[in-house]
Amino acid sequence: MNRTVLGVVLVAAVLVAGAVFVGMRAVGARSAEEPLDLSSGELVYVDLAGRVRQAGRAGPACQRVDVAAGTLVCLRTTAVPAQSEIVVLDRSGETRLRLSEWGTPSRARVSPSGNVVMWTVFRAGDSYLGGVGTFSTTAGFYDLKRGEHFGSLEDFTLMIDGAEHTAEDVNYWGITFSRDDRTFYATAASGGKTWLVRGSAETRVLTSVRENVECPSLSPDGTRIAYKFRAGDQWRLHVLDLGSGVDVALAESEHVDDQPQWLDDSWVAYGRDKAIWKVPASGSGSPELVHADAASPAVAR
Amino acid sequence: MYVSSVRAGLAKSEGRSGKIPATVIGLGVVSLITDLSAEMVTAVLPLYLVYGLGVGYLQLGAIDGLYTGATALLRLAGGHLADRLRRPKAVALFGYGLSALTKLGFPLVGASVAGMGLVIGVDRAGKGIRTGPRDAMITLATPSDALGRAFGVHRALDTAGALLGPLMAFGLLSLLVMDYTSVFAVSFCFAVIAVVVLALFVRQPAGVAVRRPGLSWNVVRDREVRRVVLIVALLGACTVGDMFLFVGVQKTSGLPAGVLPLLPLVTALTFMVAAAPVGKLADRLGRWKVFLVGHVVLFLAYVLVAVSWGGWFPASLVLLAHGVFYACTDGVLMAYVGPLVPEPVRATGLAFVQTGQALARAAGAVLFGVAATGMSSGPAFGVFAAVLAVAVMVGARW
Repeated sequence: MNRTVLGVVLVAAVLVAGAVFVGMRAVGARSAEEPLDLSSGELVYVDLAGRVRQAGRAGPACQRVDVAAGTLVCLRTTAVPAQSEIVVLDRSGETRLRLSEWGTPSRARVSPSGNVVMWTVFRAGDSYLGGVGTFSTTAGFYDLKRGEHFGSLEDFTLMIDGAEHTAEDVNYWGITFSRDDRTFYATAASGGKTWLVRGSAETRVLTSVRENVECPSLSPDGTRIAYKFRAGDQWRLHVLDLGSGVDVALAESEHVDDQPQWLDDSWVAYGRDKAIWKVPASGSGSPELVHADAASPAVAR
Repeated sequence: MYVSSVRAGLAKSEGRSGKIPATVIGLGVVSLITDLSAEMVTAVLPLYLVYGLGVGYLQLGAIDGLYTGATALLRLAGGHLADRLRRPKAVALFGYGLSALTKLGFPLVGASVAGMGLVIGVDRAGKGIRTGPRDAMITLATPSDALGRAFGVHRALDTAGALLGPLMAFGLLSLLVMDYTSVFAVSFCFAVIAVVVLALFVRQPAGVAVRRPGLSWNVVRDREVRRVVLIVALLGACTVGDMFLFVGVQKTSGLPAGVLPLLPLVTALTFMVAAAPVGKLADRLGRWKVFLVGHVVLFLAYVLVAVSWGGWFPASLVLLAHGVFYACTDGVLMAYVGPLVPEPVRATGLAFVQTGQALARAAGAVLFGVAATGMSSGPAFGVFAAVLAVAVMVGARW
C-alpha cells in the first residue's frame, strides 16, 4: 500500500479511536449540581471523581471543601494550567467570592463564624534551595465581611523565638482561624524546620508558638490544635492543648497527610488512603472508618 | 526505497537552500505532536498523584527527581547508538515509541510509587534517546548554510506543541471533571500519531548509511567540539533557572501572583515566533555570534530584574528578552555544532553538547538558589548578570 495513504488512514483511525474514547467518558461526566444543605450537621466531602457530596446530593467539582456557619469554600483547579480557583458559596448556593491563585489546590478552610475563608496552594519549581523535587506553598485568606484580601502570609512579619526571621525560603501552609475572625494559626517552614505560628490579621505579625507542627486545625471550643507531627519521613496526628501545652499522639499509627478536621470537640477526622477516618481527640481508642472513597471531610454546621 | 510521487517532488527542493527541507518540517511536526502529548502528562501529573491516587507530596518529590535526572545521560547513549547503527531514524523511532507506550503505563500502574517512578523513568529514557538522532537528521537533511533557519523552524513547531499540551490537558480535565484517564488516553493517541508520522512521512536523510562510523566516542576527544562544550557549559552555569526568572520578574515588578502561570507562556510565544527568523539571521551573521548575542540579551533581562523596576512594561521586556534568548541559543547552537562534527559521529556530538549544556544549566539553577537564599533575589540577579557578562566575553574571545 502507498505509504502516504497508509499514514493518513492510521492517523485518522487513531484520532477517531481517541475521540470515541473521550466521548464515552464524557457521557454523564457532569451531572447537574444540586443544592447542599449547609446547616444540616451532615458530613460534606469530596468523592473520588472530584465532586462535593453531602448525603445523596452532588455539589460543585472541587479538590478541597470546607463548610461553617452557612459558608462553603471550594478550592479547585481551572482550565488554565497551574491555576487554582477559590469559590465561596452561601446558604442559598449563590457565589459570594471567586479568586484565582497560582498553584495547585492543597488546603481550604472556613472560620467558625463563616466570615473568613483561607487556603493553601502548592507551587512546583518555585523553591530556592534543595533543587529538584522540592516545592513551595502559598497560604492566604479573605475576610468576606470586611472585603479584605490577604494574598500571602509571606507579606506578614514572622517572629521566631522573639527575633524577626527574614530568610527567603519561608513557606506557609494550613491556616486555621479562631472565632474572633482576627486571630489564626498556621505552619511556617524555613531551613528544614516547621513551627506553629499564631498570627493576627490586625497587626500582620506571626509569632512562633512551638516547633514541628504542620497543618494545624483549631478545635470548635478553640482550646486545642490537631495537627501533623513529622516523625522521620512520616506524619502522625497529634493534639496540642494550647492552654497547658500538653501534647498527645492520637491513636492513628499510619502516615497521614491532611489538615485534620474536628467533627466535634472529641473526634478528629482526616483523609487517608482514599477514605475518611476519625479518631478520638483524647489519644485513646482507635481509628474508625467514616466514609470510603472520600477525602476532605467537613461538617455542615 | 522511500520513493513516492509526493516525496520525490519534495526531495528535489532539499538541495536548495531557499526552502526548508521536508525532513525538517516532518520532524518539526513530529516534535509538535510529541511535545503536546508529553506536556499534557507533565502538566497533570502532580494533580493526578495527589488527588487521583492519594500519593502525598513527600513521595512526589522523589518522583520529580527522576523526571529530570533520567534524560541527560541517556541522551548520550541515544546519540551513540544512532551513529553506531548508522540509522538515526530507527533510533529516534525507538525513542518516540518507548515514550508513547509509557502513556498507557500511567493509568495502569495505579498508586504504586515505584511503578510510577519506573514509568516516568522509561518516558524520560525515550526522550533522551531520540533527541540526538533527531537533531542529527536535521543537520543531514539541510544544506549547511541554511541550518540555523532549519533548526529555528523545528524549535518553533516543538514549542508550539509544548504550549498546547497543558492547555489541552486542563481543558479536558475541566470538561470531564478531573477524568485523568482521558488525559492519558488522549496523550497516548497523540504520541502514536507522532510515531506514525515519523515512520511513514519523514525520510531518513540520504548519505547517512554510506559511511562507516569510526569509534563514536572520538568526538569527545575532538578539540573543537570540546571547546564548544566548555564554553556552552560555562554560559549554562551562569544562567538562572527559568522558574527563578519568572518568580523574580513577578516579585520585582510587583505583578499579582495570579499572573505567574502566564509568564512562561509569554517566553514560549516569543521563542516560537522568533526562532525561525533569528535562525535565518544566524545563517547570515554567524551562528556563534548570534548564540553569544542571545546571552547578551539574557544579561540585559537579568539587569532589568536586578534593578527592580516595577510595572508591566519592564516585566514584558524581561519576558520578551527571555524568549529571544531561547531563539538565539537553542536551535542556533545545534546549527553551529552540526557542521563541526564529522557526519559519522554527528548524533553523538550533538548529544554531547546538549548534555553538557543541560547539566551546566541545572548546576546554574542550584548556584542561583544558594545566592538568592544568601542575599535575596534582586542582588542575586545582579551577581548572575555580572558573571554572565564575563562568560560572554570569554566566549567572544574564543
